[in-house]
Amino acid sequence: MLIYTLKRLALGVLTVWFIATATFFGMHAVPGDPLSSDKSTTAQIRANLEAKYGLDKPLLTQYAIYLKNISQGDFGISFTQENRQVNDIIKEHFPISAILGILAIVFAALGGILWGALTALYRNRWPDSVIMFLVILGISVPSFVIAAISQMFLVNINAFAGTTILPIGGWGTVWHMIVPAMVLGLSTMAYLTRLMRSSMLEIVNTDYIRTAHSKGLPKTRIFSRHQLRNAILPVVTVLGPAIAGITTGGFVVEIVFAIPGLGRYFVEAIQQLDYTVIMGTTVFYGAFLVFMVILVDLLYGWIDPRVRINP
Amino acid sequence: MSEEANPSWQPSPSDFTAKSKYQTADAITRPAMSYWQDAWRRLKENKRALFSLYLILGLMTFTLAGPYLWTIDPSAQDLDQIGMAPGANRNVTIAPTYQPWYGPTNNLVYSEDNLLSLTLVGDATSQAVRLAWKGGWRKTWQGTGPEPDNGQTNYGYKIYRTLFALNPDDAFGLPLMETQNHYFEDRLDLQPTDYYYTVVALDSQGVETDQFSIVQITVKRVITVLEAQKRGLTKSGPVVEGEEIKLSLHPFGTDYLGRDMLARLIYGGQVSLFIGIFAPLLYVLLGVIYGSIAGFLGGAVDQLMMRFADFAVALPFLLFMILLKVVFGIGPGESGVLPMLVAMVILLWPAPARLVRGQILQIREEGYVSASKLLGANTSYLVFRHMIPNTMGVILVTITFQVPSAIFTEAFLSFIGMGVAPPTPSWGSMCNDGIKSMLTRPHELFFPALFISITVLAFNLLGDGLRDALDARMRNRE
Repeated sequence: MLIYTLKRLALGVLTVWFIATATFFGMHAVPGDPLSSDKSTTAQIRANLEAKYGLDKPLLTQYAIYLKNISQGDFGISFTQENRQVNDIIKEHFPISAILGILAIVFAALGGILWGALTALYRNRWPDSVIMFLVILGISVPSFVIAAISQMFLVNINAFAGTTILPIGGWGTVWHMIVPAMVLGLSTMAYLTRLMRSSMLEIVNTDYIRTAHSKGLPKTRIFSRHQLRNAILPVVTVLGPAIAGITTGGFVVEIVFAIPGLGRYFVEAIQQLDYTVIMGTTVFYGAFLVFMVILVDLLYGWIDPRVRINP
Repeated sequence: MSEEANPSWQPSPSDFTAKSKYQTADAITRPAMSYWQDAWRRLKENKRALFSLYLILGLMTFTLAGPYLWTIDPSAQDLDQIGMAPGANRNVTIAPTYQPWYGPTNNLVYSEDNLLSLTLVGDATSQAVRLAWKGGWRKTWQGTGPEPDNGQTNYGYKIYRTLFALNPDDAFGLPLMETQNHYFEDRLDLQPTDYYYTVVALDSQGVETDQFSIVQITVKRVITVLEAQKRGLTKSGPVVEGEEIKLSLHPFGTDYLGRDMLARLIYGGQVSLFIGIFAPLLYVLLGVIYGSIAGFLGGAVDQLMMRFADFAVALPFLLFMILLKVVFGIGPGESGVLPMLVAMVILLWPAPARLVRGQILQIREEGYVSASKLLGANTSYLVFRHMIPNTMGVILVTITFQVPSAIFTEAFLSFIGMGVAPPTPSWGSMCNDGIKSMLTRPHELFFPALFISITVLAFNLLGDGLRDALDARMRNRE
C-alpha cells in the first residue's frame, strides 16, 4: 500500500511537471508578449520592464527559472496588477472557490445518493420516472442557464416577499453560498443519481442480498446496511473527476453570482492576458486536481478492501 | 394433443415413420441478422432513442436547410425592432418628417398652488416625446399668486426618465438634462413602451429640491414615409401619413442589436452542431488510431504511449482549452471555430484512446482472433476484419456521448467570451448575449438555451439507446 501510494505520488508530481511545461510553452507560443499591449513605451523602458520580468533571457533559461520558482511555490508577480504576487491572489481567492466547491460536492453527493436510492427503490413507478426526468433535464441544461434562471427566480422571490430572503449575488455569509452551491452541484448530482441508481439495481441481484432476505432480515436493515453501503462504492470513484468538474464549473457560477473566487479571477486574467496569473492559476489548479484524484483513489482503496489487493 | 384425447384413435404404421420436419431441425428458419441489423432492430424498439434520432435529424435539417427557407441575414440589424419579443406588436404609424421644436406655443399658465406639474405636449411617438411643465417655485416663497419669473426663484429643472413605475424611495432613473426652460424634448432611443418622466426643480446651488412631478407616457411607434420606403415596408403600394403598416416579421423576435433571432438560431446551430459533432468525430478517430496502435503493438511501446496518454488526460481540460484558445488567437475576420476544434482534438483524444486500447487488448485474447491467426490471417486482416468492427459499437456510443460535452464546451467558452468571434453566432454566444438582459427580454436567453438543451438531451437519450443496442456488456446496467 505504501509503495503504491508513493508510486502514485511520484507519478502525480511528474504529471504536474508536465502540466507546468505545457502551460509554459503554451503561453510563450501566444503571439505578442505581455508588454506589447502596454501604453507606448520607449525602447529603454521596455528593456527595463523585460529585465524586470526576466523576458530578456533565452527561452530555456526562462523555463529553468520558472521551474525553479514554481518548485518553491512561487508563481511570480501579476502583469496587470502592480506588485501583486500571484501567490497572494491564489491565497485570497482560492479559499472562496474551495468552500463553494466543497458545499457543492456535499450537496451533489448527498442528493445523488438519496435520489439514486429512491429511484432504485421505486423502480419503474412514478417517483422513478419523475426523478429520472429531472435528472435528464439537469444533465441537458447548461450550467450558466441554470445559474441565470435560479438568479432570476431569486430576484422574483425577493421582489414578491418585499425583502431580501436570499441575496442574489456576492459573497460573505452562509446565505450567499446556498444557491450558488446548489447550482454548481446540480449537474454532478444528476450524474451521481444515475450512477447510484444503476449501482443499486445491480446490487439487488447479488447473492448476499438474497442471503440477507432468506435470513429473514427486515427490509429496512437490508436496504441501509447491505444495499446502500455497497452501492455507494462506485459513487466514491467518480468523486475525483467530479471535483475537477465542479472546480472548473465554478467559473460560470462565480461569474453569474459575482463571487470573488479564483475561477472568476482566472477568467478575468484571461481576458486581460495577465500571463503570470494565467500560468500560475493553471498550474495550481492542475496540481490540485491531480492530487485530488490520487487522494480519492487512495480513499477508495481504504473504503473498498477489494481494490487494495490488486492496485 | 387432441389425438391423445380421442379414445377411438388407433396407431397406424405411418405414425412410426420419421416426419420430415425432424430432418430439417438444424436448418436456420429465421433470416440471419448481422450485428448492425440486430442493433438497428433493438434501437427501433427503444421509442425514446428513436425519437431522439429523429429530433437530431430534424435539428440538422433546421440548421442546414434553414438558410434557404429563411433568407434573412443573421447579422442584419432591424433598428426599429430592437430586443422585440416574438409575437410583439408590429404595427407602426406613418408620421410626418421630424420638425424641430422650440417649446409650447401657448404661454405657460402658472398654477395657483405653484406646484410643479408635468404634461405631455402633442403625441408621444418614437420620433420624439415633448414635455412642458409649469410652477415649481421654492416653498420658501411666501407671497400670494404667481411670482413673476424673475430668474431668482426659478433656478432650473432636471429631467429624468425610467422604464419602471416609481416608488417614493426610488431614484428617478436616467438623468436626461438640466435646463432653464419650461420644456424639454426627448429623442433619446425611444422604444414603443411606457416611460416615466420626472422633472425636479433645482435651487440656487443647482441642488435638487423636494419639488418634483412625474408623468407616465406611452410611446407610439412611428416611421416616416422615407424610412418605410428604405426598409422595404411599402411593397403593398404607396403609403400616406397616419396610415398603419406592419414592420418586418421576426418569428422568434430580435436580439439586443435588432438582429433576427430565427436566422441567428439557424446559423448559430450550424456552428454549435458543427463543433458538437465534428470535434468528437475527430478526436475519437485520433484516439481510436492511437489506442489501437498501442493495444496492438503492446509491450514497451504500449507502456510508453499510454503513459503519455495518462499525462494528457491529467491536463485540466477547460483551463487548457482556454489556454489553447489564447495561444491560437483569432485573427480579424475569422470566426474562431477552427481553433476551438483543434484545441478540443488536442486535449480530448486520450480518453477514447484508453478505451479502445482496453477493447483491443481484450479482443486480442479472444478465440476467434487466435483461430483467424491460425488460418494464416495477416495483421491488416486481423485489424480490419476483427478488431475494428468489434470495437465499432463502443466507439459509436462514445462519440454520441461526447457530442453533448462538446456542445457544452463550446457554450461555456462562448459564455466566458472565449468562444466564436462576433458577429458569427453560436448558441453559446447567443446565450451569453441574452443573459445580460434576461430580466427585461427573456426570449433572447430562452431560445438558444432551449436549442442547446434539446440537442444535448437528444444526444444523451440516443447515446443511452445506442449503448443498450450495441454494447452487450453494458446492457441492463440501468
